[in-house]
Amino acid sequence: MIVAIASGKGGTGKTTVAASLATIWAGEVLGVDLDVEEPNLHLFLRPAIAGSEMAHMTVPTVAEAQCTYCGACSELCQFKAISVFNQVIITFPEMCHGCGGCIAICPEKALSAGQRELGEISWGQAGGVGFLAGRLRIGEAMSPPLMRRVKARLDQMLAATGGDAIIDAPPGVSCPAVNAVMDSDVILLVTEPTPFGVYDFQLAWEAFTPLGKPMGAVINRAGLGNDAIYRFCQEKGLPILAEIPYDRAIAEAYARGRIIATVSTGLKAIFVSLRDQIRDLAQPNRSREAAHA
Amino acid sequence: MREIIIISGKGGTGKTSLTGAFAHLAADKIICDLDVDAPDLHLLLQPTKERLEEFYVGHEAEIDAEKCDGCGLCATMCQFGAIRENGAGFAVDPVRCEGCKVCVAFCPAAAIRFPERHCGHWYVSATRFGPLVHAQLFPGAENSGRLVMVLKQQARELAKARGVDLVLCDGAPGIGCPVISSLSGAHLAVAVTEPTPSGRHDLERVAALCRHFQTALAVIINKYDLNPDETARIEVFCHDESYPVLAQLPHDPLVTTAMIQGLVVTELPESDFSRELGQAWSRIEELAGLGR
Amino acid sequence: MNRIAVTSEGPSLDDQVDPRFGRAAGFVVVDLETMDTQYIDNGQSQVMAQGAGIQAAELVARAGVSCLLTGSVGPKAFQALSAAGIKVGQNLEGLTVRAAVERFKNNQVEIAQAANRAGR
Repeated sequence: MIVAIASGKGGTGKTTVAASLATIWAGEVLGVDLDVEEPNLHLFLRPAIAGSEMAHMTVPTVAEAQCTYCGACSELCQFKAISVFNQVIITFPEMCHGCGGCIAICPEKALSAGQRELGEISWGQAGGVGFLAGRLRIGEAMSPPLMRRVKARLDQMLAATGGDAIIDAPPGVSCPAVNAVMDSDVILLVTEPTPFGVYDFQLAWEAFTPLGKPMGAVINRAGLGNDAIYRFCQEKGLPILAEIPYDRAIAEAYARGRIIATVSTGLKAIFVSLRDQIRDLAQPNRSREAAHA
Repeated sequence: MREIIIISGKGGTGKTSLTGAFAHLAADKIICDLDVDAPDLHLLLQPTKERLEEFYVGHEAEIDAEKCDGCGLCATMCQFGAIRENGAGFAVDPVRCEGCKVCVAFCPAAAIRFPERHCGHWYVSATRFGPLVHAQLFPGAENSGRLVMVLKQQARELAKARGVDLVLCDGAPGIGCPVISSLSGAHLAVAVTEPTPSGRHDLERVAALCRHFQTALAVIINKYDLNPDETARIEVFCHDESYPVLAQLPHDPLVTTAMIQGLVVTELPESDFSRELGQAWSRIEELAGLGR
Repeated sequence: MNRIAVTSEGPSLDDQVDPRFGRAAGFVVVDLETMDTQYIDNGQSQVMAQGAGIQAAELVARAGVSCLLTGSVGPKAFQALSAAGIKVGQNLEGLTVRAAVERFKNNQVEIAQAANRAGR
């Protein structure tokens, strides 16, 4: 099972929830950091890194001797990553989206696959919890290409271990967030009951509902703000799977890099209950069978 | 004319709350919400929309089921896993479609259309603090930074037309396309951080981004009292890299109180927080060369 | 034949230099000997999500000019223009197209070694 922890608003507690859930999970679990622009999961799980690799994407390289400057590549490219005019051919690798179209369409086979560095993928172990993360190169504009490669490695790792994965997704509701959640089995939306939290939560609900995955909400800093979020969840039939109270002591523990589920038995119990509810949400038939057994 | 952008790296540090307060404190300005993915500034500013524009960017592929002969070449060539077989042939998943046109170009039956993609709206509005240029991407849409550039261009033109010397922008979290676009042409970036491991980590990355694009950077440490040791570490980092620390703001529930009332924190009765914030704004004006 | 292009808000020598390149309204192509002009509309670049500067460089390059006068170009557009062997003169906003051309003819325009505007 792959659980994606997402939100609309940044700073609501995705990484907090992901790290805590992974720590109290039952069975094999992999903590996956797909917030490749600002990965934070390692700051809490503190994994021993076993290996890492640079991730690249394919960009066109020109063998100018073969090029006839016909311009078919430039005509096709939607991103202006390759440009042909007069007797000039020039590429802008940082604009390339890696679609392979120019390489495929060139009638002279003058284009071949070059590389652009996206960032780094690393993996390891944090006690009983597996760890996998992507880290975007500074100056690399797009996160989805790196995210796809981290997800490919995730699939390999899950095929080997047969366990579950908890994905720490980036904030927001545009392409990076959608990429992080679209191949998961269940989506958890973490929010805070403030006006910003509620507004962005509604955007997230609109963005992710079409993906057709079971979704549940986690209200962090419950007690702060107002009750608009509860009304929205009720209206949309979205189950609230956990509430983490607004408590300065929790904020200070987080500010010291503590995993919240380890701060007290009360907090641990919240995450254990959340874990069980996620399982029920993802596989409702299985829990019904268990109840009747 | 000066363009100042409030960024953070990490989400939730207080960019929007502080930008709203700066919009109140600043004399003449055009306000701009560049967080087009999850915009929140309008919740504090209650804009009256005066102009609405459609935003189209890029294209998406659509397979005409009647012309499709089911050869599947499109699905083989698509690098984004966007084309799958359904009962009747092949179909493009708009969520995954990158708009690259490869399937359109190679389809032997010319069965694939390539319409423009409607990605959102943008607005020019009036608020109690001045004009606001803002937008809303449709949830799930691509956020390449193009809409950010459109908003910046509009804000600059408005500033020029009205003889206003400041464009004040609320930025997006992260370091990707929208943030990169936000930094383009900015005279000063102000990073709002918090004294947590994530806050410092993400500040270092967004600072490296500003260096990469040669944008001047200053820092505000918000919620500094949550971890004075971490605050001290951030101060050392800023000192070593020559980023001015404009203020250390205490963690104050007043920020949320103001938000719930649809106000900015400087509209509430004066507090330590609002005083420190006022001083930070004066320092920003100085740094940006606003000569006020 | 010596032709240069000037980014312009309109089709004539009396229009203002458009300070932008990639999203300029259009380009006035001037024959330096006869002062005959031709106007290239830049609408197709303006609608692009990214790479407008590169698209504009293609348009200008196909017009067969030796120099481009404008307010600012970004680094990618500058790279494309340089690859085409086109010199770039920047910082000419606020002038009419005619005044910019006169300055060029009087060798008063500094030929840029690099883009004067940051990339995005």
